[in-house]
Amino acid sequence: MTRRLAGGIDVGSCTTKSVIVDDGGNILGSHVLYSGTDFEGASDTAWRETLSSVGVSSTDSICVFSTGYGRNSVSFATNSLTEISCHARGCLRYFPGPMTIVDIGGQDNKIIKLDQKGLRVSFKMNRKCAAGTGAFLEEMALRLRLPLEKLDDLAKQADGEVTLGSYCTVFSGTEVLEKIKSGAALDHIVRGLFHSVVKRILEMDTFTDTVVMTGGVIEHNPFLIDLLKTHIPNDIVTPPHPQIMGALGAALYALQEDPHNTD
Amino acid sequence: MSDRQKQSRRQIAATSQMKKLMVAHFLEIDEARKTGKQKVAWCTSVGPAELLHAMGFLVYYPENHGALLGATRMATDVIPLANAVGYSPDICSYLTADVGAYLKGVTPLTKAYGIQNIPKADILVYNTNQCRDVQDWFSFYAREWDVPIVGIHTHRNIREVEDFHIADLVSQMKSMIPTLEQVSGNRFDIDRLREVLDLSLQCTKLWRRVLECGAAKPAPLTFFDATIHMAPAVILRGKPEAIEYYKLLIAELEDRIKTKEGAVPGERHRLYWDGMPVWGKLRELSDQFCQLRTNVVASTYCNSWIFDAFDPKEPFESMARAYTELFIVRDESFKEWYMDNWIENFSIDGVIFHDAKTCPNNSNNRYSMPQRMAKRLGLPTLVLHGDLNDLRCYSEEQTRTNIEAFVEQLDQKDG
Repeated sequence: MTRRLAGGIDVGSCTTKSVIVDDGGNILGSHVLYSGTDFEGASDTAWRETLSSVGVSSTDSICVFSTGYGRNSVSFATNSLTEISCHARGCLRYFPGPMTIVDIGGQDNKIIKLDQKGLRVSFKMNRKCAAGTGAFLEEMALRLRLPLEKLDDLAKQADGEVTLGSYCTVFSGTEVLEKIKSGAALDHIVRGLFHSVVKRILEMDTFTDTVVMTGGVIEHNPFLIDLLKTHIPNDIVTPPHPQIMGALGAALYALQEDPHNTD
Repeated sequence: MSDRQKQSRRQIAATSQMKKLMVAHFLEIDEARKTGKQKVAWCTSVGPAELLHAMGFLVYYPENHGALLGATRMATDVIPLANAVGYSPDICSYLTADVGAYLKGVTPLTKAYGIQNIPKADILVYNTNQCRDVQDWFSFYAREWDVPIVGIHTHRNIREVEDFHIADLVSQMKSMIPTLEQVSGNRFDIDRLREVLDLSLQCTKLWRRVLECGAAKPAPLTFFDATIHMAPAVILRGKPEAIEYYKLLIAELEDRIKTKEGAVPGERHRLYWDGMPVWGKLRELSDQFCQLRTNVVASTYCNSWIFDAFDPKEPFESMARAYTELFIVRDESFKEWYMDNWIENFSIDGVIFHDAKTCPNNSNNRYSMPQRMAKRLGLPTLVLHGDLNDLRCYSEEQTRTNIEAFVEQLDQKDG
């Protein structure tokens, strides 16, 4: 008897994530790669890699939903939903409502509130500016000539931090240059950058109930969670793989909508 | 891929007649400028147009021109010219688009009506009930052409309209008359004003009926239709042709109501739009809502040209009242009461607030109204960040995703 599977592809502005789940909603395999400039190619590659990791060659019977910025570029998806819905669905796999989901993505941040039944009460995306998103940290890492993967350790080890006041990425860059000129330690600057991300999140919305943090920025920079804890009294939790919550949510929706599903 | 079908809203047949009226209106003004046979007054869209008609002026509305610049997507190209001479990107983008177009020597009237230039004003008459920017906007042209400028300064943040508000505005309007007489060469005639006001009253009553058709399920028109069909209420009120046009339009809409022919096929959700339209994205937004089988059935913006208080028996007092009762000059408590009524009467499922970067007066989300409304009415609200004209302030993908996610939220509510 063949297993019934479902897939989700989250084509984000920075990375493309792919997930395959079994009929119980358990993750069997996943893959993450840079989206680059060819969203269709990235989603094809991510999907092939995920199939390979699960040991499945035929995709005919797998229902796939797409989500994310490039959700309409996934030619093999049978339907698409926004990342707002899919992140919520993914988080509900791990945590019961009510909750406030904070997703820090490559180009945008999202705050999604779910009620006790897991139904969405409200959502907010950051405004047009990418301040406080992954793009901000990427830009600053570039200015500081630092590999992205070193940021979290540097922020964590810092015994102090610089204060960055602007909510404009470009102006923050100027502030960082001023701090360098005035001799601030590199790890203090990085911690100041992390705090800037947290401040951008805090000004977006209020936080109610348990806070669930997701997204690639959290996956690779978990120290942000520690910093957020210094500002709000809520419990803050994170799922095992916060970066793939959108793809997981899409896969779970696909599982529900699968035309082969006779449950 | 999404299973949503590509579709657009049903077109309104009366539109072709409205276009003829617009052509006639603009050609009449252009002809008057060329021959000098009639004086042209520029007027803000929310009055005091009736007084100008009564004084024998042809009336031109720069805000309509600003919207045309936006709808034709010329605005974002010409706004930087105004920015460069000192008009900030943060002020009204009707103003910056209009001034930028003037500086560049272009106008959408050329392509639409074959008119080479906007009509030079003999006098500029503003009312600050929309915002203070109109005064600065008109002042640019007053300096440019060395022509007189007069205006009414409306009170703001009004809870209840009081007698002193009315008395003040009446006094301001009357004080303009000597200048208007001098420029027009005509004596003020109160009976003529009564006649014009009666025509405006008939027009505004019909415009209200047009908008109230949106309460039907399914709604026979959308907010996007209303932003187009409000043109006669804005620029032809006080003239008989606006009245005839709305009778024609209402007949078509009422026919649709009888046959249950919705503007959005398969209407599932009904939304309220607060704030300015995004003029350069009307088609895209309309199509997206249509594909989501969601209709924006009511708005604050299009209601701005309902002037219930007009009364030919008391022309000055009723104009003062009509221009002071407006939503835009009222305080938050009145605005919330007003919107709650429309939301209830139109069976609204959710409210979209457009936060227009350059139009603070028409962006009602900025003092926590969406949060209060969501709590009070139990309705989901969404804030879209954009602008009426300056598409540099507009993110296509963010807007699309926000709208799509909002409709997904409404779907979830439906189970």
